[in-house]
Amino acid sequence: MAKKPIGPVRRAFAPWDDPAQPAFIEFRNVTKRFGDFVAVDDLSLTIYEREFHALLGGSGCGKTTLMRMLAGFENPTSGQIFLEGQDLAGIPPYRRPVNMMFQSYALFPHMSVEKNIAFGLLQDKMPKADVDKRVKEMLQLVKLEPFAKRKPHQLSGGQKQRVALARSLAKRPKVLLLDEPLGALDKKLREETQLELMTLQEDLRMTFLIVTHDQEEAMTMADRISVMDHGRILQNDTPATIYEMPNSRFVAEFIGDINILEGQISKKEGDQIQLFSSVLGDHLDIVQSIDVNVGDKAALAIRPEKMRISFDKPEGPGINAIPGEVWDIAYMGDVSIYHIKIAEAVTVRSIVANTTRLVERPITWDDKIWLSWNRDAGVILTR
Amino acid sequence: MVTKDLPVKKTKKGSPLLDYVMRLLPFFWLLLFFLVPFIIVYKISLSTIALSIPPYEPMLSLKEGIEGVKTFWDGLSWDNYIFLTEDPLYLSAYLSSLKIAFFSTVIALFVAYPIAYGMARSPREWQPTLLMLVILPFWTSFLIRVYAWIGILKSDGVLNQLLLWLGVIDSPLTILNTNTAVYIGIVYSYLPFMILPLYASLEKLDGSLLEAAEDLGCPPWKVFWRVTLPLSMPGVIAGCFLVFIPAVGEFVIPDILGGSETLMIGKTLWVEFFSNRDWPLASAVAVILLLILVIPITLFQRHQAKQEGHD
Ligand SMILES: Nc1ncnc2c1ncn2[C@@H]1O[C@H](COP(=O)(O)OP(=O)(O)OP(=O)(O)O)[C@@H](O)[C@H]1O
Ligand SMILES: [Mg+2]
Repeated sequence: MAKKPIGPVRRAFAPWDDPAQPAFIEFRNVTKRFGDFVAVDDLSLTIYEREFHALLGGSGCGKTTLMRMLAGFENPTSGQIFLEGQDLAGIPPYRRPVNMMFQSYALFPHMSVEKNIAFGLLQDKMPKADVDKRVKEMLQLVKLEPFAKRKPHQLSGGQKQRVALARSLAKRPKVLLLDEPLGALDKKLREETQLELMTLQEDLRMTFLIVTHDQEEAMTMADRISVMDHGRILQNDTPATIYEMPNSRFVAEFIGDINILEGQISKKEGDQIQLFSSVLGDHLDIVQSIDVNVGDKAALAIRPEKMRISFDKPEGPGINAIPGEVWDIAYMGDVSIYHIKIAEAVTVRSIVANTTRLVERPITWDDKIWLSWNRDAGVILTR
Repeated sequence: MVTKDLPVKKTKKGSPLLDYVMRLLPFFWLLLFFLVPFIIVYKISLSTIALSIPPYEPMLSLKEGIEGVKTFWDGLSWDNYIFLTEDPLYLSAYLSSLKIAFFSTVIALFVAYPIAYGMARSPREWQPTLLMLVILPFWTSFLIRVYAWIGILKSDGVLNQLLLWLGVIDSPLTILNTNTAVYIGIVYSYLPFMILPLYASLEKLDGSLLEAAEDLGCPPWKVFWRVTLPLSMPGVIAGCFLVFIPAVGEFVIPDILGGSETLMIGKTLWVEFFSNRDWPLASAVAVILLLILVIPITLFQRHQAKQEGHD
């Protein structure tokens, strides 16, 4: 996987580790039902001031519903939502310091691009000169200056999306809700806009809540990520923690690629754990402080880039090594993905950086090899 | 445009002949049902009244050849149009019709808008029923419904009795045979023509636009002014045309509900046609009426099209 350019250098920002830090946005046991259907299920979430928070999850898991409740378009069936300690119940959308970029853009068809962007500013009775200046800034930001006078129906999908983004940003709200803000943009424009959004968020000290289907986007932009499924948050952590220490199979599989080996805990001494895998007929060593008991069903999850392959069995303490056979190789340019068959009908993936040219690749199809990884490379999943 | 100079390739699917015929069809109908009758009316308006059947002359007779056409041509004159300008009755009838039609349209708009808005905002499953209710009056004769208003509006009618009973008034109001009754009749009769286009434009209004406006700090009443109303303008315009145009030439309602003060060109036309049997003059009245309506509407639509182009 190609790594993204790193955004502007960030301060150490971890208010969630500081118990004295007040919550900025707080969902407290929020449930939203549509008839019998539970769209958001007893969800609690705290977001801190100036945080860039990403919501990740499959289609229909309740991300938009969560945002709409914060913006004021839906009332929670039960539970409360607080902004800066104030209960938002009963406050209409137009009095919330929250702006939302709609998934469907919702651009006013009878207004030009610049009028769309100026709309919110005019509601605030901002002086005309300031409005013009701000609109210009926003047009510049989303690279739409030549389209200022066009109507929405004269724009492409990506251009519309950028107008919607500019319109929601124009008022510089305390909280900005972005529902898939960059989905319709091409890769290059998307990466540029990501960077600019991050800079803007930093400069204007806004709090962002963003929905995205692109996990790389979430990883690069967000301070923390919430992974949602069926109206619940499964894990809310920094991108690194989500990636390295997923707390469930769903999270592990949702973010990035991962190998999962099913088994049973066979030994536990402090954080030294052994997992017996029946398909391999072998005990695997893991170091992790986790609350499990011998006999529990569990799985070992390891990212493909943490699995090495070699002809010789690597020796040494703290290394798991199992024999396998190269089943398939997928060449991706910067890396190759090796599909290794480790048992009948069980393959795992190992990512190897292509440090040499393809023709000189030493390990190839059908080779018998050893697959190895460090004891602290994988995580045990019990859910 | 760069593409202008490129050779135009015909990539149309299907038979080009059929395509051509389909495109000409509306023109054909217009020709048959509008232009031909109009030419006949126009010709009559240039004729002179005569004691014959039909009651005007000259008649074009092709039997006499070119000589016949010449006599026919010489027989036509603008006299009727000149007469219309000389008698102030006609001018005031035109103006009064326009005035009544204008105010009826405005009233109908104000009555219809909330109804259409309510319909568009009501639950999806109710909407077909509500739509049905709006169209329901068309199932009975227009004439009978207008007559029914006599029963409601007359001095011992339903309305007066109700108001007396409620103690709102001490003596019956004279509504019937006044312009008020005409306004009521026109607004009542043409209300569905206002509601339907308004409903059509409000119904397809995307709800997320209203949410977006509110999100950007607009209180609901302002959302209405800045988003709902502008986006329903096509419906407003269509509805106003549909009410205004027939109301200008309305004859039945002023005849049945109006009084001696009510001056409407439709009624004048009827009198000329049937009481005075002056077909040529009646035709001239009709032609002028048509011009009064067609010219401003065409200009308006030009203007609209130009504005679209400008944006
Ligand atoms: N007004 C509504 N009435 C009934 N069900 C609704 C309504 N709005 C949303 N839902 C349901 O609630 C669930 C969550 O919807 P939501 O729009 O929040 O999903 P999402 O996570 O944003 O999905 P996507 O990624 O596809 O945008 C969906 O199953 C949807 O069908
Ligand atoms: Mg959504």
